[in-house]
Amino acid sequence: MRTIIAKRARASTTGAVTSFSSSRRIFLKASVTAGGGLLLQAVLPPLVQVAIADALAAPADQAASLNAYIRIAPDGIVTIMSKNPEIGQGIKTMLPMVIAEELDVEWKNVRVEQAPLDEASFGRQFAGGSMATPLNYDPLRRVGAAARQMLVLAAAQSWSVAPAECRTGAGVVYHQKSGRSLSFGALAAKAATLPVPDLATVPLKDPKTFEIIGQPIPGVDNEKIMTGRPLFGIDVDVPDMLYAVFQKCPVFGGSLMSANVDTLKALPGVHDAFIVKASEANPNSDPQGLSDGVAIVAKSWWIADKAREKLEIQWDEGPVAAQSSVGFAHDAATLSQQVPVSYLRRDGDVAASLKHAAHVVEAGYSYPFLSHIALEPQNCTAHFQDGRAVLWAPTQNPGPGAKLVAATLGIPESDVTVKMTRIGGGFGRRLRNDFMAEAAWISKQVGAPVKLLWNRQDDMRHDFYRPAGFHFFKAGLDDDGKVVAFSNHFVTFGRNGKLADSAAMDANEFPAQLVPNLEYGQSVMELGVPTGPLRAPRSNALGFVFQSFIDELADRAGKDPVEFRLALLGERRVLVNSTGKPDALRDFDTGRMRDVLLEVAEISDWSDRHALPKRTGKGVAFYFSHLGYFAEVVQASVASSGEIKLDHVWIVADVGRQIVNPSGAENQVQGAALDGLGAALGQAITIDRGRVVQSNFDSVRPLRMKQVPPVEVRFLTTDHPPTGLGEPALPPVIPALCNAIFAATGKRIRSLPIDAEALRI
Amino acid sequence: MSYTIEVNRVKRTVDVDADMPLLWVLRDELKLKGSKFGCGIGLCGACTVHLDGKAVRSCITPLSSVGSAAVATIEGMAADPVGKKLQRLWMDLDVPQCGYCQAGQIMSATELLTKNPHPNDDEIDATMTGNVCRCCTYTRIRAAIKKVANLHSAAVER
Repeated sequence: MRTIIAKRARASTTGAVTSFSSSRRIFLKASVTAGGGLLLQAVLPPLVQVAIADALAAPADQAASLNAYIRIAPDGIVTIMSKNPEIGQGIKTMLPMVIAEELDVEWKNVRVEQAPLDEASFGRQFAGGSMATPLNYDPLRRVGAAARQMLVLAAAQSWSVAPAECRTGAGVVYHQKSGRSLSFGALAAKAATLPVPDLATVPLKDPKTFEIIGQPIPGVDNEKIMTGRPLFGIDVDVPDMLYAVFQKCPVFGGSLMSANVDTLKALPGVHDAFIVKASEANPNSDPQGLSDGVAIVAKSWWIADKAREKLEIQWDEGPVAAQSSVGFAHDAATLSQQVPVSYLRRDGDVAASLKHAAHVVEAGYSYPFLSHIALEPQNCTAHFQDGRAVLWAPTQNPGPGAKLVAATLGIPESDVTVKMTRIGGGFGRRLRNDFMAEAAWISKQVGAPVKLLWNRQDDMRHDFYRPAGFHFFKAGLDDDGKVVAFSNHFVTFGRNGKLADSAAMDANEFPAQLVPNLEYGQSVMELGVPTGPLRAPRSNALGFVFQSFIDELADRAGKDPVEFRLALLGERRVLVNSTGKPDALRDFDTGRMRDVLLEVAEISDWSDRHALPKRTGKGVAFYFSHLGYFAEVVQASVASSGEIKLDHVWIVADVGRQIVNPSGAENQVQGAALDGLGAALGQAITIDRGRVVQSNFDSVRPLRMKQVPPVEVRFLTTDHPPTGLGEPALPPVIPALCNAIFAATGKRIRSLPIDAEALRI
Repeated sequence: MSYTIEVNRVKRTVDVDADMPLLWVLRDELKLKGSKFGCGIGLCGACTVHLDGKAVRSCITPLSSVGSAAVATIEGMAADPVGKKLQRLWMDLDVPQCGYCQAGQIMSATELLTKNPHPNDDEIDATMTGNVCRCCTYTRIRAAIKKVANLHSAAVER
């Protein structure tokens, strides 16, 4: 752990009091705001020792330090800053709830403001990895509790009584003996001058007394959303703003040779059109930053976008033009016949045990590239002026965005200001900030504020895709149907000797440690297509292949798929990951998984599934990711045409002892499961000659209302720290569906998206 | 070219090309940001507005085709008895996740319930299936529509 000290005071503050507890490495600062309120600012150590998912591509030590602000006005209105980007995960409501609970104020008196990017004050600000709850739950409770304690002390001093004689409730400090009381609003200015308590030892509420945490609280932006107020990046409006589009090479990594920008400049309403060469922007050009292209800047976005019809660009398509999805599948099949290039793990002797196995099951699985298809296309508004850049950015990852902009423009990071907007869907796409670099560059070239907005085709064809993958399984069962050997050859992607982003598999992937003879081999194909994290990175694909193949084994063993999985899980214990060092993201608690599996079997009437009509089936799967244990059952019916109808989904989750906001939690779990089903049924990105074939929602089909089944969600409360919900509900739903289709039709789904034609009878 | 259209019961004049889609007139000329851009070809419903009470995709509706039709957007729904109820229920049931599609969802639902106060499940699905919610808040969208329909029923019974 390291000591973190806030580097600068708020410009609007006066009379700061600081306290520093070196033993606990917590720094807290209180000050009186210009308006007379209390400002509490804290920088906290990593109280939860978990590594950030590699999806974030950020140093772990940065990711663990957090911060929050509380401002109390004299009228008792409490303003709580929400530090992280809001992408629909409900963070802007949920984190302030945690602070408000321990502060002991009424939720109706809380106002929430989106914090700007200020990692010196707030620590890492990002939306990713379902990490906000595990990283912030305990620290932000302490921030609220510390503020409450300062308010109590202020009251006690005013009355010359012992703080222990005072209690708080709903934003008021009471002294019962004398019957006196003072509101937080009246006490705030005085409280701000008092020493700050040690966050590590500040008393916290008994969770049994919670009044805000655990209540279903609607989103703080709901009214603005429902009345059409500007909130999102695309809604930003800056005086004298111009609008831009940016045409990039359809082939990844292609470079621009020439373009008819003079023709475009002459079009009515077009302000400017110019060539962008990534190499000119920054000699160390970031592959996640600016690329070659043509910027068209106009007085309206529609004019800029329409001007593309007249655009003629000569590209040097480069080497990636030789790559295609068909070629990858062919190469993967070839590689599957060879020994893996490397092994993630080799336990026992797979080859020998397969020879003696009563049954050997072999299967090849594959899944496609996927686009994130957030409904709000990528956009960013930038204003470069006098060597400084201001960006209004719908980004999940503003810190690296600011760094990228600084590098692209060749200015110090301290001259980049990032204002976070609400975001119309993230799903991991906006962890990359290419759109920020583009907007900043274009604004600098035209010398005016510019809103860059991609159209849907840009968005679908210039993503950081969920990597495709190929898995070749072989497993052996003994006479009793027990798994004695398990082998997986993963054919994945890389570039220049490194695995592609989000294309890795963990050595601890289930059923590692549960089968005595087990090996995970890996071979890598060269890829020029950019990849990145998509909701439940890696797990969204690995859940499908592993939980589907395990279903094949259950079938071959002649066992109930739930019973088979319970037998595989075995007794209740924690399987410590292969490094031997505790790591909550990788250590697997078989007991927690058994419990969610048993519960989902119960609520889905699993044992009665044989009574279902013909061509209707139930499938089960479980998956552990992002610290959450999820077991899910899908019931699906398959028409003679092959058309798949989703009948019902049952989900049981264990994300620890506390659901902070049950309304948001249920919404996340239902949404994640439906998201997975939508991807499995209708989504693929196909690469042909180095470019993406699909361009809109006709060819990449998001789930729609008529497809949506009831989704029942149950949370098991267990004595573990609360963990996140944006992602872990997604992975098991896809294999549960595929296993349901097998139960209904006898046909195994080994490739996504599901080919309904193949299910026709 | 100059066009005068009625938006949320107010006459507005804009000077733009005839083929500029209504969505961009609303968003960039009239600064009504509630209607959203999603796909640009009428597939996602994020841009849904009403023309004389009929839900249309404003991203593929040229300004020149609007004529004298009354345009209503999400910003005007507080003045629509059905739209207002839906907005309220959407808040009470905490429907949104990211929220980007919800204006379009409410516009489609408002047309549905105005024309058919008691839609059955199939009718709800048929209308609402044109509106994509990428966060998949469909369960709550359906619940909110049903609840408003039931409020209608209760009012009628009284």
